[in-house]
Amino acid sequence: MGGYSALLRVLEEMRPMEVIEQMARSGLRGRGGAGFPTGLKWSTVAKAVHPKKYVVCNADEGDPGAFMDRSVLESDPRRVLEGMAIGAYAVGADEGYIYVRAEYPLAVKRLRIAIAQAERMGLLGKNIGGTRFSFHVDLRLGGGAFVCGEETALLASIEGKRGAPRPRPPFPAESGLYECPTIINNVETFANVPPIMRKGGDWYARIGTAKSKGTKVFALAGCVNNTGLIEVPMGITLREIIMEIGGGIPGGRQFKAVQTGGPSGGCIPAEHLDMPVDYQSLTQLGSIMGSGGMIVMDESSCMVDVAKYFMEFCMSESCGKCAPCRVGTAQIYEMLCRITNGTGTPDDLKLLEELCDLVRTTSLCGLGQNAPNPVLSTLRYFRHEYLTHIEVQACPAQVCKLHSAAEVTV
Amino acid sequence: MTSPVRVKTLRINDLDVSAREDETVLEIARENGIWIPSLCEIEGLSALSACRLCLVEVKGSPRLHPACVLKVEEGMEVFTNSERVAKYRRMILELMFSERNHICSVCVSNGHCDLQALAQMLDMTHVEMPYRNPALSVDASHQRFILDHNRCILCQRCVRVCDEIEGAHTWDLMGRGINARVIIDLAEPWGASQTCTGCGKCVQVCPTGALSEKGVSSGEMIKKRQFLPYLTTMREARR
Ligand SMILES: Cc1cc2nc3c(=O)[nH]c(=O)nc-3n(C[C@H](O)[C@H](O)[C@H](O)COP(=O)(O)O)c2cc1C
Repeated sequence: MGGYSALLRVLEEMRPMEVIEQMARSGLRGRGGAGFPTGLKWSTVAKAVHPKKYVVCNADEGDPGAFMDRSVLESDPRRVLEGMAIGAYAVGADEGYIYVRAEYPLAVKRLRIAIAQAERMGLLGKNIGGTRFSFHVDLRLGGGAFVCGEETALLASIEGKRGAPRPRPPFPAESGLYECPTIINNVETFANVPPIMRKGGDWYARIGTAKSKGTKVFALAGCVNNTGLIEVPMGITLREIIMEIGGGIPGGRQFKAVQTGGPSGGCIPAEHLDMPVDYQSLTQLGSIMGSGGMIVMDESSCMVDVAKYFMEFCMSESCGKCAPCRVGTAQIYEMLCRITNGTGTPDDLKLLEELCDLVRTTSLCGLGQNAPNPVLSTLRYFRHEYLTHIEVQACPAQVCKLHSAAEVTV
Repeated sequence: MTSPVRVKTLRINDLDVSAREDETVLEIARENGIWIPSLCEIEGLSALSACRLCLVEVKGSPRLHPACVLKVEEGMEVFTNSERVAKYRRMILELMFSERNHICSVCVSNGHCDLQALAQMLDMTHVEMPYRNPALSVDASHQRFILDHNRCILCQRCVRVCDEIEGAHTWDLMGRGINARVIIDLAEPWGASQTCTGCGKCVQVCPTGALSEKGVSSGEMIKKRQFLPYLTTMREARR
């Protein structure tokens, strides 16, 4: 749709401050996970006094089963490039990187073609559209570590260092790539920029809820009839997504829970299906928006097993830098293994909760801080399943293979 | 003339203190005789914020903040020893003890170990989680030094001192999560290292018995930490 017309119009008609004002009016919040207001991030970088600034696109998409960003990169890479260039103009940056996972070869190929085409047409590179504004974009390929999607780890990785997060502050907006002020945004966030510039922030802000504006793409997966990517307005209910768009649960089985927000999101039970999907509501339910993963589970899922599965993922994707995340996730995982094999004790449950609280509160980055969500949310909504495993050595969903207590003691 | 450094006033526990704006809460607490536990932090090296033992509470903030990187702010109220942080610190220590094989009685650093000392100071009476007892190796290939992964807590003091002070960058980290471990060069035996200068700084800053000199038996490895502030003061004086 009107390739690069938003960029050209911005360069011709708008001052950088006006771009940021439109972003702020749109109410767009970062689509990569934390939901930070994009306009505010940009204005922080714009205000920073520094001879060099960067724009970085987070295309690491590490959540297993998520392919929202991939679909944008493969089908419309120009829109992301255009969004980045508009961001660069707004904050005064002249160089940018797209950090894209190497497991997306088609996305890499199409991005390379799109960058080369844009450079040829004077839409990227030096003196864009004949103006004084220049912006060079290059790709950096990620090795597929989940933690490298965390912004400070990603920047370290671009710099050629080990992809490990560092404490914030300073935030990348203040001290990012090579210690320069840096905007780092998700693919979907940048893809939202050109339409906002074309139609105005107020137009965008009309979609969605009071505090979560616009549309969001979700990867609907698991036990639903229609799986795949969906783009919906913020504020739509979980029921509408799962029962209407997703076409309900196959085989006449019962809905049990939906896990939102990727491997460190929480599991939401049937009684909250009418909650609107926005940042606040999901947090209130003990889950997160994350980057938009949505896995539907029916009655055949064991919630302790589900929690164990996600904890195993976070344990093996922890970078190992901070002690609570490195050791805590392993201890929690091993405890869940004991519960699911029938050797858990009632005391384990208390320790499990304490460890989850510890890891959530004291970990260095968002990986550790969110890793306990699947456990805490299933303890909150499905505690009886944990108790059945521990007290009568049985798995209500008949997923876990439990030893009987007698077997274990011999 | 360098630009003037501003002074900030803040409160730590019940004490009103003043600090230069570029100081951290940990530094200023120390200056005023307030002890905040820390393990990965060591004077003279960059802050890593990995052990999470120096977490403190700041009034008005629901989150905990690592004192080693927390910059002072005007009017800030810091609590270094609330019940909440004391409990978390104890649990983090327990996690560290449970992670590998810390058997003090047969350790070269018994009695001179920062981890052991902290356990005593923070009243850690037992380890509530199961010990993981991983099978880990010992590298004794170097002429003078030994690396015992069983005692390593991944504080990365060795990594930093080798990079920041010695300038050799022999040490680094390999592997993720619970499988992370310190390595020499590209995970080679210490004795075969082309970059190690044999200076021994890593051994002296190591908080536990993970790095030791050959020829010491249990309890005999007493480390010489004084050199690090010394070196940094000398460097600064030269500037
Ligand atoms: C463990 C972890 C993994 C993350 N992975 C991604 C990712 O794959 N893609 C992404 O855009 N953001 C990811 N994030 C969020 C980024 O840190 C950061 O918030 C985001 O890139 C900011 O862009 P936004 O404001 O447009 O969302 C991750 C965060 C954490 C803690």
